[in-house]
Amino acid sequence: MILELRTPIKDEDIYALKAGDVIHITGKMVTARDAAHQKALGFRKEGKEIPVSLEGLAVFHCGPIVKGKEVIAAGPTTSTRMESLEADFIREFNVKVIIGKGGMGDKTLKALEENTCVYCSFTGGCGVLASNGIKSIEKVIWLEELGAPEALWVFNVERFGPLIVSMDSHGRSLYKEVEERARERLKDYFKE
Amino acid sequence: MGKDKIIEGIAEAIKKSVIGLPDDVLSALEEAYEIESSETAKTQFKAIFENIEMGAREVKPLCQDTGTITFYITAGSSSPFLSEFEDILTKATRRATEITPLRPNTVDPFTHKNVGDNTGRYIPYINWEITGGEEIDLWVLPKGGGSENSTALAMLSPGLGVDGVKKFVIEHSSKVIGRTCPPVVIGVGISGVADLSIKLAKKLLLLPIGKRNEDPKIAELEVEIMNAINGLGIGTMGLGGDTSVLDVKIDYSHRHPASLAAGVAYECWCDRKAHLKIKPNGEVGMIE
Repeated sequence: MILELRTPIKDEDIYALKAGDVIHITGKMVTARDAAHQKALGFRKEGKEIPVSLEGLAVFHCGPIVKGKEVIAAGPTTSTRMESLEADFIREFNVKVIIGKGGMGDKTLKALEENTCVYCSFTGGCGVLASNGIKSIEKVIWLEELGAPEALWVFNVERFGPLIVSMDSHGRSLYKEVEERARERLKDYFKE
Repeated sequence: MGKDKIIEGIAEAIKKSVIGLPDDVLSALEEAYEIESSETAKTQFKAIFENIEMGAREVKPLCQDTGTITFYITAGSSSPFLSEFEDILTKATRRATEITPLRPNTVDPFTHKNVGDNTGRYIPYINWEITGGEEIDLWVLPKGGGSENSTALAMLSPGLGVDGVKKFVIEHSSKVIGRTCPPVVIGVGISGVADLSIKLAKKLLLLPIGKRNEDPKIAELEVEIMNAINGLGIGTMGLGGDTSVLDVKIDYSHRHPASLAAGVAYECWCDRKAHLKIKPNGEVGMIE
């Protein structure tokens, strides 16, 4: 199924998505890597609001190349680095879509189910393709202290994708299936 | 005067390397797409090809991670630029950051401050070899963080032999390549010295895809490891598929009787590099 979603995204739209679906997103998307996840969760812990509401939005694991007001290249970074932080991040900020590459672990998969959220894969290394879906930079937060790759960029996107729903809100992960199959085949290979 | 021209020439080569891929990489990706049976993997290949076209058309870096700028130099000891060459490479890296633009990727591990121009302590990373003659042979490898994070070293018991190395490479790859932007290229260095095994492994990534080791028993092992990993079905971007590895290359050194080091290094599908020659008159020539 190929779908187009608009932010803020509703729970029922996320619930309808199944692993393997291809989607595009229009609306607002924010980038967050390790440092931005930590900082945002730190704010929450101290009872402070972060300078942008993430409610119903898409979060992109990405450290873009930006020149002035133009996003030059903005593909995904490896999502597992955020594994220890993502479940809390999803719960605290009520984001609806996580976008990255390489998949995430069981803790995140459980959080996707509990909070009706999906993890989508954007093809790694495809920085120009991604930048073509980004129409403008709304703002950037924590640029000075975190540096350009780690800052939280707020992008206005139009038909951003293609995104493969690789971990859905029903407990299914394409990565887990591929990994399990690879483990079995590895066992067979060394048995022979 | 000569120096400025060389800096500009190398900066242009760095820029070119992150915008377009070498022909051997493009052909290998196209061949992998032709034989792919998974529909999901095909969508990933299509995105990759679209991205390559857009990069060429818009003159933009293919991937936002333009890597740690790494150089491999074989320098003629009579080159008139030898004593200044480190300075030349540092300035060329800064210049490339500006004109491409490259993403600033040099962060202080203690203060987290990003220098902003891709230079810093020991960076750009320069590997030197000195030879005779007046020319400098230079490879540029913008090494992405995602592929670098999968690098591994095993100090194996020598009793395990080459079979032990094979097992280590296949097992480690099965765990990491899904996150290394596959289909990848794998370099394997076998040695007795820990850092040398990694150094050999990484340098192999500069060789063209499909070039087999001249020693038939090593060539056979390269193909065996490649087929074994592809048989696991990890596929493009780890979403399942027929090709996870475009090539495996092996090199070795003689080893200490008590030590067997296996180094394994990875390069993502976005296998960017440039090869140049700096002549004694200061002329910078790209080698295709």
